[in-house]
Amino acid sequence: MEYEVIIGLEVHAELSTKTKIYCGCSTEFGGDPNTHCCPVCTGMPGALPVLNEKVVEYAVRAGLATGCEIARESKQDRKNYFYPDTPRAYQISQYDLPLCEHGHVDINVGEMSKTIGITRIHIEDDAGKLVHDGYTGGTLVDLNRAGVPLIEIVSEPDMRSAEEAVAYVEKLKGILEYIGVSDCKMQEGSLRADVNLSIRPVGQEKFGTRTETKNLNSFRSIARCIEFEIARQKEVLESGGVVLQETRRWDDEAGEGYAMRTKEEANDYRYFPEPDLMPIRLSEEYIQNIKDTLPELPESRRARYISEIGLPEYDAGIITSSKHLSDFFEAAVAVCGNAKSVSNWIMTDIIRIAKDKGVEYNELPFTAENLAKLIMLIDKGTISSAIAKKVFEEMVETGENPEKIVEAKGLVQISDEGAIKEVVDRIVAANPQSIADYKAGKDRALGFLVGQCMKEMKGKGNPQILNKLILEHLNK
Amino acid sequence: MISKEEIKHIAELSMLNLSEEEIQKYTVNMQDIVEFANKVNSLDTEGITESAFALDTFNVFRKDEVRESFDREELLKNAPSSNGEAYSLPSMMN
Repeated sequence: MEYEVIIGLEVHAELSTKTKIYCGCSTEFGGDPNTHCCPVCTGMPGALPVLNEKVVEYAVRAGLATGCEIARESKQDRKNYFYPDTPRAYQISQYDLPLCEHGHVDINVGEMSKTIGITRIHIEDDAGKLVHDGYTGGTLVDLNRAGVPLIEIVSEPDMRSAEEAVAYVEKLKGILEYIGVSDCKMQEGSLRADVNLSIRPVGQEKFGTRTETKNLNSFRSIARCIEFEIARQKEVLESGGVVLQETRRWDDEAGEGYAMRTKEEANDYRYFPEPDLMPIRLSEEYIQNIKDTLPELPESRRARYISEIGLPEYDAGIITSSKHLSDFFEAAVAVCGNAKSVSNWIMTDIIRIAKDKGVEYNELPFTAENLAKLIMLIDKGTISSAIAKKVFEEMVETGENPEKIVEAKGLVQISDEGAIKEVVDRIVAANPQSIADYKAGKDRALGFLVGQCMKEMKGKGNPQILNKLILEHLNK
Repeated sequence: MISKEEIKHIAELSMLNLSEEEIQKYTVNMQDIVEFANKVNSLDTEGITESAFALDTFNVFRKDEVRESFDREELLKNAPSSNGEAYSLPSMMN
């Protein structure tokens, strides 16, 4: 039987504020356990939370960047559950009056573009971290992360495949980076997604029973988890069973998901208004002010790259999907003025390097300015494209200025006709068979001779002049 | 009416083990509390806007400025058990 897959995502993004949501403790990642803590974020009785104004601003920014309506009146609520990563035994979240509602983002999958609805964006605090204690076999609690501000972005069940879900998270990540509200480092857990998924026979109107898989922190695990869950639910239905509404976990190493708890044991959160925190009222002026200061979003940059710079749609989409990459592109173009060439280097080499090294595009081993200088060396004819690749590899290793590399290694291209002719004469004289082959119509012979000359000149010969001179010889 | 089942459910959510005797006692207590709170329902609220708060205060915010955190040793004095760096608990990983 053919099934339709229904996917909705809840994406949690840690906001890049300096301090926690309800106290002045630092949000810095990686401190010694329990050193960024105080009575508020460790849940001491009587400690009073005070809301960080930046959290409201950042959430509103995220809402405006995703086309949401911003609530003029909003409040925070207690979500009660008992677990040691949450020392108060409740999370402060938002229940019925979130800051942002009814937004959307547009995604592209292959040739298709599609709009994914955003139900709501609300603010809440992150939980602490539980670590297995190898020494005693018990559990250790580190509350440095407890109280770090989060926004939870809830989508409509608008996605139909793993590709669409990944495209949606990539799009959100791009937007959040552009507007500077989250660093979105998935490997540090500052962006993570819960996947709600159900399947139904094609043509059936009623939704199937959905499961929720929590805390996926890479695009790869989102995609794999979705494929796994689709296959699992199909198998359950086809063997005559029923899908249980349950919360699941994904084990990325084993490549499989497992049930954590079913609906019957699921938490009953007993939400109620947080009495320690007063309501949030936002004026038109406040919202307008944030709207006016929103930076250029990926969609707009993408359109500009296509219409003004003439980049292919695909390349423009890839480059603008990351703010860091797009900033890198713009910085390099500002120096060398050759957008096409910068784009080509990005699409072929830079994306590969970032992937190989596992770094973000603002952590590349060389600067945008140095890539621009490399391109200028090619454009001026100082080095050939082949040599440029070698210089580039050197830049990746050392981060050195390409002009210095070219100078130090003596890689300047030889464009002096006399010098090239001397080599060509020698090579052609040594390969009479190739000349005969060429005259007999074997074009390959030309390539062979060019290669031999290049080898003789250690790759430094100007390829245009070299070609011209060999052809002159052959066509004599 | 508060039932014994509701008390058991709440105890379970709070991870409390209650004896039969305690369940009996809390059912009566909780019933009293709910009845007391229900008195509010007898008030005439005609013309009053719904609100979760008694005070007309809003936008109580803090600047995003780092303040020194607490001394870890002091904080961990409140832990039932610790290894000097972190709160230490029975295993939660199963």
